Amino acid sequence: MRLQIEGSQAVARAVAACRPHVICAYPISPQTHIVESLSRIVKSGDLPGCEFLNVESEFAAMSVAIGASAAGARAYTATASQGLLFMVEAVYNAAGLGLPIVMTVANRAIGAPINIWNDHTDSMSQRDSGWIQLYAETNQEAADLHVQAFRIAEELSLPVMVCMDGFILTHAVEEVDVPSTEQVDAWLPPFEPRQVLDPDEPVSIGAMVGPEAYTEVRYLGHLRQMQALELIPQVAADFEAHFGRSSGGLVRPYRLEADGKPVETVVVALGSVLGTIKDVVDERRANGESIGVLGITSFRPFPMDQVREALAGVRRVVVLEKAFSIGIGGIVSSNLRAALDGLPLEIRTVVAGLGGRPITIASLHAMLDRAVGEGGGLEPLEFLDLDHDLIARELARQQTGRRSGPAAENILKDLGAVRATPF
Amino acid sequence: MTEQVKFYQVGSFAVGNRLLPLEVRSIQSDPGRSNALTSGHRACQGCGEALGARYAVDAAMRGADGKLVAVNATGCLEVFSTPYPETSWQMPWLHSLFGNAPAVAAGVAAALRAKGREDIRVLAQGGDGGTVDIGFGCLSGMFERNDDVLYVCYDNEGYMNTGVQRSGATPPTALTQTTQAVGESPGNPFGTGKDVPRIAMAHEIPYVATATVADLHDLEAKVTRAMQLRGARYIHVLVPCPLGWGSASQDTLKVARAATQSGLFPVFEAERGEVSAVSQIRRQVPVEDYLRLQSRFAHLFAPGREEARAKLQARADRNIERYGLIGPHTEALPGPAEDNPAEDSPHEEGTP
Repeated sequence: MRLQIEGSQAVARAVAACRPHVICAYPISPQTHIVESLSRIVKSGDLPGCEFLNVESEFAAMSVAIGASAAGARAYTATASQGLLFMVEAVYNAAGLGLPIVMTVANRAIGAPINIWNDHTDSMSQRDSGWIQLYAETNQEAADLHVQAFRIAEELSLPVMVCMDGFILTHAVEEVDVPSTEQVDAWLPPFEPRQVLDPDEPVSIGAMVGPEAYTEVRYLGHLRQMQALELIPQVAADFEAHFGRSSGGLVRPYRLEADGKPVETVVVALGSVLGTIKDVVDERRANGESIGVLGITSFRPFPMDQVREALAGVRRVVVLEKAFSIGIGGIVSSNLRAALDGLPLEIRTVVAGLGGRPITIASLHAMLDRAVGEGGGLEPLEFLDLDHDLIARELARQQTGRRSGPAAENILKDLGAVRATPF
Repeated sequence: MTEQVKFYQVGSFAVGNRLLPLEVRSIQSDPGRSNALTSGHRACQGCGEALGARYAVDAAMRGADGKLVAVNATGCLEVFSTPYPETSWQMPWLHSLFGNAPAVAAGVAAALRAKGREDIRVLAQGGDGGTVDIGFGCLSGMFERNDDVLYVCYDNEGYMNTGVQRSGATPPTALTQTTQAVGESPGNPFGTGKDVPRIAMAHEIPYVATATVADLHDLEAKVTRAMQLRGARYIHVLVPCPLGWGSASQDTLKVARAATQSGLFPVFEAERGEVSAVSQIRRQVPVEDYLRLQSRFAHLFAPGREEARAKLQARADRNIERYGLIGPHTEALPGPAEDNPAEDSPHEEGTP
């Protein structure tokens, strides 16, 4: 049903349409609207056979999901930021146990400094947890990915994290064709667990495994993600055939050819910023520039072959990332490098949008002007709209004496006020 | 062995007594018991936890007509029962993490409710570390939501699986590897620790009980009672650990009995936050009799440690007073407990 609807509400309705048995919730912005909405749906009796648990922490939320899933229930929770980090031990555990839980991550920065706004630092920190990670570009895709996520998770016995940009998507009201219960019923098979706590066929789940078999058990987790590389596009195609729209898949190529040849420059990104990038690329194409976009929907498993295929013949790749690995730089770009090993192309990392800093069309144009211009291009690692003067002043303060105080507070004082206008 | 074998279980509720009428025999004495935690596991000789778990789980199995799911926190019980690829659990059993057993169990219960399978019951279990420390937030959450879970804590008063370190359930003066018997106040300090059965009662959940492996029939009866109820239920079982306590492996029951008969470990039941029954002391023993059985308290018998011993006796006396552990059938120590010399010793404040 087409509705003008907030992203969180659309996701909540899509999740409800999947008829989860257990939903566990702990509030954290910007995820909270999703579970608030699900709470209303369950409490009003619109989702019979579903238990909604208000738990005391995100660690408990994931733990409840683990218990529920192991008991054969379709389990769902949602979190963000500090909440995701608070549940990390259980996040890894769910993947290690092979429990097909679906979780929304409403992407948000990590403190300190505390910051409630969007970037990808939270979910990127869990890239090695064993969860499948799908990144939504739009609210339509966010809603659809949840329906696909249950199918992928349950077929492979692996948990799936659907990542959607906090506020930018969760709080944006736009038109979404919300999957209905009838549609989903006809498309999503009932959950048939591979392992279940059943008194009629008792099994022990979560036994201690030593060096004699730990590698094999972990390898199976990797193997299932490799199987996901096959399954994710199949599920996306099947979804499109049933629902009549394209959502999900591994990668999203956009205008990667010009005059029948690969474009010179490709911007690679994940999530909602792809919309802005596509607008920028359209403008530059209109001016005759040879440039395209590659969106990565599935970050785990990382689609090595599809990325390589999409970028073969390209001269320059600019990876726009909403997170980075402190001490080395780009996360997406390091993964990309592995996929592009041996290809004659230049890879540049631009870290952008941290802690909710807007990624504007003007900034992207300025950055791309330099990337393709005569001035030698971009540095290997850059930070979009970084305020060098502000940093220089704080570094100077730190030189004046030992007790220069907390850096974040110094910088806020320097700015004079929390800046509300775009940078 | 020249020890005389006594048959004084006759007419008592002691374990395994097949001379008793059928209806009052222990579940464990029934050849048809479920053996949910079966033999062959890797627990130490004399392990109180293995013994307690065997009785508690089989009683819960009977209370659930065999339809029981167990969730286990990380710890000795988990490690000794499931060395891959073997398992001692003849029941559906799930281990997730150290600190989340109450929440995982709540998830299992929610799943069963959602699927209309409330005939299947849920048991969660963990040691004192997993319960009173790292899993405490999840435990309190499970209590306040009144999730339909019976949680059994096997309390051996420390982190024994990791090599005997202090937990929030370690008693004052006890030697652990992180509360060494050195310095002016050797062992675990006074004025620390928490009384989780009382905290559980403060949640006003349907049922809270304490028990020990000294009275396994009582443990079975409490599990049986708990299984008659729905909602969050908590049983805190004192289980001596020969390794961590430095007690002889054949003395596990004796040590547990001394804990109850000295008053150090009060055995009671509470419903909806109110104490409903108390196991009064039969033959009171001085706290020193309990301490002497365990090398973790050996430093208390060095010269100049009389005050520390008196403070421990005062803790026992406080329990005796609080729960009314001395009654008409108690064979008490000479002189009323209130007049014990320990009364003159300074009481630590805020200690359970």
